[in-house]
Amino acid sequence: MSPPVLEIDDLTMRFGGLTAIDRLSFKVERGAIHGLIGPNGAGKTTTFNVVSGFYKPTGGEVRLRGETISGLRMYEVARRGVVRTFQHSTLFAELTVLENVLIGTHMSFPPNIFAAMAGVDKANRRAARARAEEALDFFGLAGLADELAGDLPHGHQRALGMAVALAARPDVVLLDEPFTGMNPEETRRMMELMVKLRDTGVTILLVEHDMHAIMGLCDRITCMSFGRLLAEGNPQEIRHHPDVIEAYLGGARHVA
Amino acid sequence: MAKFAALFGFGAILLALPHALSFSQQEILVFLTINVLLVASYRLLTLTGEWSLGHVVIMGVGAYASALLSKRLGIYVPVAMLLGAVTAAMIALALSFPLFRMKGFYFLIGSFAAGEIIRLLWKRFRDPFGGPKGLKKIDPMPDFDIGIYAFDFFEPVSYYYFALAVVGVSLWVMWRIERSPVGLTFHAVHWQDRLAEASGVNVRAYRTLAFVLASGFAGLSGALLAHYIGTINPNSFDVEQMVFVLTWTIVGGTATFYGPILGCVVLTVLNEIVLREAGFEQMRPLIYGLILILSVLFMPKGLESLVRGAFSGRNARKNKAGETKAME
Repeated sequence: MSPPVLEIDDLTMRFGGLTAIDRLSFKVERGAIHGLIGPNGAGKTTTFNVVSGFYKPTGGEVRLRGETISGLRMYEVARRGVVRTFQHSTLFAELTVLENVLIGTHMSFPPNIFAAMAGVDKANRRAARARAEEALDFFGLAGLADELAGDLPHGHQRALGMAVALAARPDVVLLDEPFTGMNPEETRRMMELMVKLRDTGVTILLVEHDMHAIMGLCDRITCMSFGRLLAEGNPQEIRHHPDVIEAYLGGARHVA
Repeated sequence: MAKFAALFGFGAILLALPHALSFSQQEILVFLTINVLLVASYRLLTLTGEWSLGHVVIMGVGAYASALLSKRLGIYVPVAMLLGAVTAAMIALALSFPLFRMKGFYFLIGSFAAGEIIRLLWKRFRDPFGGPKGLKKIDPMPDFDIGIYAFDFFEPVSYYYFALAVVGVSLWVMWRIERSPVGLTFHAVHWQDRLAEASGVNVRAYRTLAFVLASGFAGLSGALLAHYIGTINPNSFDVEQMVFVLTWTIVGGTATFYGPILGCVVLTVLNEIVLREAGFEQMRPLIYGLILILSVLFMPKGLESLVRGAFSGRNARKNKAGETKAME
């Protein structure tokens, strides 16, 4: 078993009287596709928001390769190699597809204002552009580089969101509901891309409601309910876990 | 190369322009040149999505600093002007700590309050700021000769040429910044600060950078103003001036670099030249206000949308090629 790259340890997040995450612990192995599932309101997205640094946890901590990253700002977490995507199509809608991905290369090729004014950052700009085009190629968006991101069809927007994240060359990507609103064909293609991404050595943690995709894709699955850890295991174990079936079919109103 | 020819022709027109104007119009032209720098710097600030109401006061910081440095310490005026710009940038840096805890409307109000505090300090402290009466007899630019042209700063034409050079270089620098990866990051911070931050962008640092740079250029425009008119007081930089900057920016449009500049030039010419010449002395504010309302109603995307519309058909492909090149 490879060492965990990401450890969520005894994590608690409270908003006033509401406990969104309640002493949650799990580990994500290096180079795995790890699914985080659970009925609506289980605290999956909140977990993402804590891991990515959008929220500071009330208690517990998140460790990346043994280093505590909880409590850091979002850009500091990103600079340590954890990059996230957002629910819905959160993009720079007013910028072109290529410009969107260029922002993703920000960490690898940090802009320098003095170099920019003097015009001595040409090599950096070219390298950033090459990286961006590579990321667009990976997701099959190369032909759309000059389109405005906001004009793309939904499936392409989701892919672009991932291209922006990938352009940063992260160690860990957090994908928040990447298959939402995709048709079966788009979902299948996106699953292939994720496997391809995993095979390049990127660890993927994803929140998703599409059970077919989750079961087909994940090496390991963590199931949450009401902020707590419900079950953990491989897809087979999760599928037949009595508590998971109870949470999805018995107690909860929604089958997520 | 047609671009260079156009640029050259435009430069020639700008150089010839004052000789076709009356003395008072030449003076307006100097103010217009200085205001062009002010609105262009304001746009740099708005690139990250934050609109400030303290920008004119920051301009005043540059004016006061440059005036005091030359008056009290006897620093050579052009150097004092640069130091005035640096002072404005430094004050902005200090202000950024409280101000960038806020966003949107809260930032707007916060920047207004910060500006009023600075203006009250000018009023309250007779030494060194001269109190409500402000500073008088500010050292003029010393005359100098560059061989082909002798600058005599008693003449508005000379000061116009000097200001034109300073403003031209400043605009060029701002243009370079906007077209660089730094400028792209400003846009990213504006449109989706969460996604930008998730991509590793220190959003707060970039907001501060835009604010400090914009304030530096605003300070420079203030310094240009101070040494031209020779007297400044706290009311030279009050909220009424800020409203002018806002209207120029809004009427011009902020989507392009030239939008606010266009707004500033068109509205100034309209107000100071056309309406004045047409004899509407008393009615000027009324007509000016009416034009503002009509332009916002019928051109919500600003004057720049007219220019873009005129060029889009002919130059769409050319522009695209140019933009891709500029990104490299």
